[in-house]
Amino acid sequence: MRREDGPIAVIEACQLVKMFRDRKRGAVRAVDGISFRCCPGEIYGLLGANGAGKTTTLRLLATLLRPSGGTASVAGCDVVREPEKVRARIGFLAAGTALYGRLTARETVEYFGRLHGVDEPLLKERLGNIFSTLGMHEFGDRRCDKLSSGMKQKVSIARTLVHDPPVMIFDEPTAGLDVMTARTIVQFIRDCRQRGKTVIVSTHVMSEAEKLCDRIGIINGGRLMVDGTLAELRRQHGITDLEDIFVRIVGGQP
Amino acid sequence: MKLHAIRIVFGKELRDSLRDRRTILSMIVVPVLAIPLLIFGFGMFAFKTMTHAAREIPAVMIVGGDNSPEVFAALRAAKNLQLVPAARDFTNAIVEKRVRAVAELPADFDQLIARGEKAEVKIYEYQGEMKSGFAAENLNSFFQNLRDAKVKENLRGRGVPLEVLRPFNIQRQNIAPPAKVAGNLLGGMLPYLMITLCMLGAVYAATDVTAGEKERGTMETILCCPVGRTELAVGKFLMVLTAATGTVVLSFLSMGVSLQIARRLLTGSAPGQALQNLATIDGWGLAGVCLMMLPVAAMLSSALLMVGLFSKSFREAQSYCGPLMLVVLMPALAAILPGVELNATMAMVPLLNVSLACKEMMMGIWHWNLILLIFGSASVYAAAALAATVWMFHREEVLFRS
Repeated sequence: MRREDGPIAVIEACQLVKMFRDRKRGAVRAVDGISFRCCPGEIYGLLGANGAGKTTTLRLLATLLRPSGGTASVAGCDVVREPEKVRARIGFLAAGTALYGRLTARETVEYFGRLHGVDEPLLKERLGNIFSTLGMHEFGDRRCDKLSSGMKQKVSIARTLVHDPPVMIFDEPTAGLDVMTARTIVQFIRDCRQRGKTVIVSTHVMSEAEKLCDRIGIINGGRLMVDGTLAELRRQHGITDLEDIFVRIVGGQP
Repeated sequence: MKLHAIRIVFGKELRDSLRDRRTILSMIVVPVLAIPLLIFGFGMFAFKTMTHAAREIPAVMIVGGDNSPEVFAALRAAKNLQLVPAARDFTNAIVEKRVRAVAELPADFDQLIARGEKAEVKIYEYQGEMKSGFAAENLNSFFQNLRDAKVKENLRGRGVPLEVLRPFNIQRQNIAPPAKVAGNLLGGMLPYLMITLCMLGAVYAATDVTAGEKERGTMETILCCPVGRTELAVGKFLMVLTAATGTVVLSFLSMGVSLQIARRLLTGSAPGQALQNLATIDGWGLAGVCLMMLPVAAMLSSALLMVGLFSKSFREAQSYCGPLMLVVLMPALAAILPGVELNATMAMVPLLNVSLACKEMMMGIWHWNLILLIFGSASVYAAAALAATVWMFHREEVLFRS
């Protein structure tokens, strides 16, 4: 996946289209010809309002949905032809903690590790490392429904890391979280980049995108309106504040 | 299909379910404790009520019958009738249960029958009301006996031998062994009970692993794993099937134990005898029923999984499961109806076919051709239902329905 103007892209979307049938609105193009690329060790932010098509784009990359048109590849694997290989190479974290309340933290992480085909000795080793890094040993054997929201978030993180994926996908990861838990998540995303993982994150929080993302794509009505580094966006629009840039692009205001 | 992945999904779902209080309630507590208590408790209550009603001397009223002291004296002497004074609103008296039945006699009843003239006795009862039925039966047998006695007296008076009334005797003899009698009684009920228990055990488990997962957001997480959707569907299906069959097995074990205990406690009494017959049911028949039920349990598990998968939330799934239960129980109920018998056409009707086959097997009738046809067709239906479930697991518009 080498483009003339850059290094090998770990995530590359090319004219991605996703259409849904809606009883009231008929055929809806939730994602309408989106193309972007995300290079190794980079955090790519998809910025958009609610219903702009961020979640659908991420679900297409995670192979949860099948594109109606266009192509995409993640870590060298095609999302349509090799969906299982793609899933083996991604860690997906959505807004909610989405845990099995009746399993313990340890059982949850073990379950996802096994589903990813991590063999038992390696799973044990990874579990030990992740639990130490995230400080999870003290509540490792407690059921998830008995954990605090911060602890639950840690379990979710551990679940996404257990198979050591090269690509991380975050769908509005801080939505609905308190400040402290949100900071933990933001720090975790930065750590992912430090470990050389490629990250794509969707958000509608401008400050978060400003702090985190190496490249930002602004999405509206299923279309990618602009794409570039924060500095490039500022230069293009002659404004420093990302929110102002966003409003100008999305709302069409000066 | 990767068996290893199926095993991982199945293991997790089973562990998760067994920790759920609601699954424990529907899969273990209800079948092991509540159902035997309900069946035997209700059975004993019904038996006692009926015995009590049969033993009770009913209050009856005789209207009319002026100048008939003989018949009144005989009625007063009858041990199974308690005469109450006549009243004009005798029908109301029955409705209000002041008396259970009323006999209306013509005036001069004694003289009429003495002269050999035709006299009409009308018995009023409240049909459907058990005690009224018993009272009417007592009155009926009183007057029948009176009539017989009168006929005998007349014949004797004319020097005609009594045998003229009975030129020959009729005797009915049961040749069915007790096991078959019990099988006949139970045959229709057993599949109905098993299907109900299957649904009871599977419904919560199926809803929890589908609509429940959607609601908690874990469906999206699990679909992001490299495990195939077929493996995921099959793993979940096996867990629901385990819950369904587990409920049936536990219920029957519990009922078997309760039956043994009840038999010991009630030895010698009439309900004890009934239980004795019940305990002699054919073991092979029961084994055949259990085997036949396996594809049915598989089909029901898949059907419930589909309902759960289609639903957006736990509550929506529960609202679909009620009507589904009715639809499922209808064919099983139809099998209990007298006259509905097994034939090649019936052998193709899902649920009804298995229910009818079970009924026959419990009676010790083994139509092997039909049994194989039914087992085959039930297995095909179960496989089709599972295939549909797997297909639904591949449909993103179902998984992400909003």
